[in-house]
Amino acid sequence: MSAFQGTKMNPSKFHKSQLKFLAFLIPLAIFMALPIVYIFFHAFKPIDELFAYPPRFFVDKPTFQNFIDLFSKTNDTGVPMSRFLFNSVVVTLIVVVLTVIISTMAGYALSKKNFKMKKAIFEINTLALMFVPAAVAIPRYLLIDELGLINNFLVHILPLLAMPIGLFLVKQFIDQIPDELLEAARLDGASDFQIFVRIIVPLVKPAIATIAILSFQLVWNSIESSSLYVNDEGLKTFSFYMSTLTSTVDGNNVAGQGLAAAASLIMFIPNLIIFIILQSQVMNTMAHSGIK
Amino acid sequence: MKTKTIKRDRSHWMFLAPYIVLFTTFIIIPVGAAIALSFTYFNAIETPTFIGLSNYVGLLTQDEVFMQKVLPNTLTFALIVGPGGYILSFILAWLLAQVPKKMRTVLALIIYSPSMTAGVAMAVVWTIIFSGDETGYLNSLLLTMGVLLEPIQWLQSPEYLMKIMIFVTLWGSMGVGFLAMLSGVLNINTEIYEAGYIDGISNRFQEIIYITIPSMKPQMLFGAVMAVVGTFQAGAIGVALSGANPTPQYAGQLMVNHLEDYGFIRYEMGYAAAVSVVLLIVVYVFSKVAWRLFGEKD
Repeated sequence: MSAFQGTKMNPSKFHKSQLKFLAFLIPLAIFMALPIVYIFFHAFKPIDELFAYPPRFFVDKPTFQNFIDLFSKTNDTGVPMSRFLFNSVVVTLIVVVLTVIISTMAGYALSKKNFKMKKAIFEINTLALMFVPAAVAIPRYLLIDELGLINNFLVHILPLLAMPIGLFLVKQFIDQIPDELLEAARLDGASDFQIFVRIIVPLVKPAIATIAILSFQLVWNSIESSSLYVNDEGLKTFSFYMSTLTSTVDGNNVAGQGLAAAASLIMFIPNLIIFIILQSQVMNTMAHSGIK
Repeated sequence: MKTKTIKRDRSHWMFLAPYIVLFTTFIIIPVGAAIALSFTYFNAIETPTFIGLSNYVGLLTQDEVFMQKVLPNTLTFALIVGPGGYILSFILAWLLAQVPKKMRTVLALIIYSPSMTAGVAMAVVWTIIFSGDETGYLNSLLLTMGVLLEPIQWLQSPEYLMKIMIFVTLWGSMGVGFLAMLSGVLNINTEIYEAGYIDGISNRFQEIIYITIPSMKPQMLFGAVMAVVGTFQAGAIGVALSGANPTPQYAGQLMVNHLEDYGFIRYEMGYAAAVSVVLLIVVYVFSKVAWRLFGEKD
């Protein structure tokens, strides 16, 4: 071992030979974080600092005024901001929970059951990893119209529930569970449903956490359903409302910037917190993410 | 043998049903409908009339905007953002794997975080930074440094819009694929490296080519598919940044915008469907290339 002078991947402690990697990584990370740090400061700037010329990066006298303004603001048709936020929270919770349940159930069947179509279904799903929803926006619109989902709250939810990447990740993860374990439970008289709830679900928690994060990011940031399928202002979501804030912020309008920055921060923070809490589970799932 | 569970067992359909119903409704049927509609003239009011390949012929021979702007834009954008973001993801994952865990977690989090809200939602930050008058952050910075003499309308100028789109998309492209590659690099057995050095590998570059990449092919493929999809998914960025569809002088017009332009603004649904089909084929071809490179034959 001592003769081996090559790579020390995943080192357990710091050594000065790692400095060369950090010399590249740290500046890059700082550079990538800049825009986010920038919104953070921007959101807390009082109006005179937003207008300040030359504009400053840091905030001098931080204030919650932008957030207060944002929460007391209503859009042109009189719908209060809190309504959009409420819609977003409800939609997000429902989508995340249902996506997790649906993907895990399907993953269990595709991984541990034996039936004819199994391979074909999984292959179609792998192919669907390449699916770009924006490409079929038009037929999707016609279909949603046909189903009577225009201006229906469900339109925020239903189209996002089938997530090929979610099924893919959870199936790869369930593959790691030995068949003997399920066989033993079956001999002890456990029903299929019990096996699923008592054995599969607890063992694939990392994959579940990962699907939850991915579907959270998808639904929380999505503006497609609000902009295309919903005309009723009261049914639109926060992310959509935010995108309208920016479009009214043209080149010269600085006043809306504080609001927009505050809104982006509200968009961003939940993503960050959830990811920080679940990151080790995500990395655990990613270890089995490969396509063979 | 496990013969006893076969035959009477139909429970798998119970577990699969919700997924399959939703998958079919919102993925399979729209793709099928796009293909079917692409052979018709359809204005969203009258019933579609079959016109054969006319939409495709029109797209390839008459649509000057498509051939001169949209297609070149899409290819430029895809060829830079796709492979660029992908290679960057791999390099970053490789570098991150060589620092201790605590540092790695923090750095990986920072690098991953732009992708969490990348896309349209984050366009707000960029519209502020690239704002066109002298109070815009970039303009002000460059004016103070004396690089510019007067402010540039970054997002409205055909010259810069595409570059900014590429930059912003790359910034947000260290997503799931990046995480997969990071865990791929970390999970390679160190004994393989030792064996490699005994077999005569002499430097880091050879190590990457002969050991690291072949050992994590499945993750490389997953990352590649994610990169392709992410690239074409990012289509809305130009419209979000410039605030208009079509984008100024079509400078940032990508295929996704072109089909929305025809579908939702001009109501030429059949034609837009033909654009969809072409786009799906392009995505498929790009992914197939990735499959060729990293797929394992069994």
